[in-house]
Amino acid sequence: MNRYFGQYGGQFVPETLVPALAELEHAYEKMSSDEKFQNELAGYLKHYAGRETPLYFAKRLSEMIGGAKIYLKREDLLHTGAHKINNALGQALLAKKMGKKRIIAETGAGQHGVATATVAALFGMECDVYMGKVDVERQAPNVYRMKLLGAKVKVVETGSRTLKDAINDAMRDYTANFKTTHYLIGSALGPHPYPTIVRNFQSVIGREARKQISLAEKKLPDYLIACVGGGSNAIGLFHPFLSDDKEQINMIGVEAGGDGKKHAARLCGDGKKGVLHGMLTYLLQDENGQIKDTHSVSAGLDYPAVGPEHSLFGDNGRVKYVAIKDDEALDAFHLLSSTEGIVPALESAHAVAHAIKIAKELGPDKVMIVNLSGRGDKDVDHVRRLEGIL
Amino acid sequence: MKLDGLFGNGTVFMPYVCCGDPSEEFTLRLVQTLVANGADAIELGIPFSDPIADGKIIQAASSRSLANGMTPKKAIGMITKLRTQNIKVPIFVMTYYNIVYSNGIEKFVKEIQIAGANGLIVPDVTLDESGELEGICKKHGIDLIYFITPNTPPERLKKITKKANGFLYAVSVLGTTGTREQNAPEAIELVKRAKQITAIPIVAGFGISNEKQAAEFADAGASGIIIGSRLIEIYSNQSDMEGKLREVAKFTDRIKKAIRSGGRDDT
Repeated sequence: MNRYFGQYGGQFVPETLVPALAELEHAYEKMSSDEKFQNELAGYLKHYAGRETPLYFAKRLSEMIGGAKIYLKREDLLHTGAHKINNALGQALLAKKMGKKRIIAETGAGQHGVATATVAALFGMECDVYMGKVDVERQAPNVYRMKLLGAKVKVVETGSRTLKDAINDAMRDYTANFKTTHYLIGSALGPHPYPTIVRNFQSVIGREARKQISLAEKKLPDYLIACVGGGSNAIGLFHPFLSDDKEQINMIGVEAGGDGKKHAARLCGDGKKGVLHGMLTYLLQDENGQIKDTHSVSAGLDYPAVGPEHSLFGDNGRVKYVAIKDDEALDAFHLLSSTEGIVPALESAHAVAHAIKIAKELGPDKVMIVNLSGRGDKDVDHVRRLEGIL
Repeated sequence: MKLDGLFGNGTVFMPYVCCGDPSEEFTLRLVQTLVANGADAIELGIPFSDPIADGKIIQAASSRSLANGMTPKKAIGMITKLRTQNIKVPIFVMTYYNIVYSNGIEKFVKEIQIAGANGLIVPDVTLDESGELEGICKKHGIDLIYFITPNTPPERLKKITKKANGFLYAVSVLGTTGTREQNAPEAIELVKRAKQITAIPIVAGFGISNEKQAAEFADAGASGIIIGSRLIEIYSNQSDMEGKLREVAKFTDRIKKAIRSGGRDDT
């Protein structure tokens, strides 16, 4: 397996983790060519998680905007409410085959934490989820869901008390406990081989979307749009289309533009190359190399680094990265809810917001797929409070 | 300054100091106190916002230091200051790779060398990712220190010992830095295993907190021991600067005695 995506990625970890990551890579390689494993995973994805997910033509939204046809890849309809379950099922099954008894994870919005707690319950494994204190407060419903599922939520009070710090603590736990424990990273980031493993487990999104759009429109899409925190839902949608003509399929990754001052726009903002969480990638950092605090209304995009493959695609222009601000995402959150009856996760609302922006400029012969990576139930309380509605 | 004089006369004590915790002035006096009481070398930590190899104590020290305005530039300036204050023991700079990378790898290595550092310890760079850094360190006469751990497989241990510069940092726990009461048997084994295949000095660190642990490593043939978290705990428990330094002096003396009586060095 390749360690790098161009110059990005790699495995910048303490020596203690090197044998653990080698064991993971070995197990993954074995399982990826093991038909029995693949069938077992496909069975769980279908009967447990609810794949395949629909590719839904958002007719009212498209007509209202009056431009391109907007399709939504409905990952929000999956069990636990987001694409995170695709990867969680894959990695948990892998961990089980590796003989691990315990799973740990980090979570920002809580969706990955819930997905991990869910698969841990399903496979009878012990589970600890690290979550920053700020996120615990803004995503309270998910905290209770994780506990309900039998997981322990470990509140992280260091640093910015968000996703970045949750990953730090999960990596420390993994360093001490890798013999019994699998670290189930939730996005296409971290040290090799994680970015590749997570991308491959999430690529089911793009494979399905490719078949579905070909049936519905008799052609491939003109645009693929997804939000990018760590970037797993985006890379999962994009990957099966990468070998297609670049002129034909425009891929757009939407980062968190925050409140205009503080943000999490690493690829289209002022990110610089650096090393964090085991990978060389674009980072938001100060002039001394200290990692900056980020801000986004959506906890899942509130992260100073980005999956290394996105850094490569940003450099070579295969994917265009843009930013959507908090208030634009909130507008899209409302608009999709009221026009289509679909409440999107605030993360996915960033992708919807950008789709709305550009769909206007395009003719009805253009087709776009927006990855609706998660549902917005978890955000309802948070948005209500932001809007001062009691 | 060369390392030639450091190893070969018994087990050495190399305390870890977090630059700027809580102030530049304190760090300078801390190093003076450590050296005056027998510290043979200093591991000087330049704090990073996200220290994944470190436990709670060094995390907190790093945060305090950063909150008080410590920067890589100021830290390198402190090495220059220590050298002008007649501190002659080897100084190993410890920091995370992003600090080195974002400041410009060559610029960073050159600057610490000019300031008077002897080596560089980067816990998130292993021999698999050290190509560029290793080349630059060699060019500027800085020893890039590699780690070995209790779970390092035999063939990898061999590979690392072949690459080693200066000394090998033997991680004495599976996990992060922090205080522990006892040594793990596999850590002692690691020192013995490594000594069988290399003449490079082995220096043990992570989790060493008391005289008994230090003496055990000395007995096992470690050429040195590193203590960080326990030292931070000791000075943090005192409120005034003189009290802090007094306790540090006492602790240094106790550790030195322990490794002298327990230790033999046949490297």
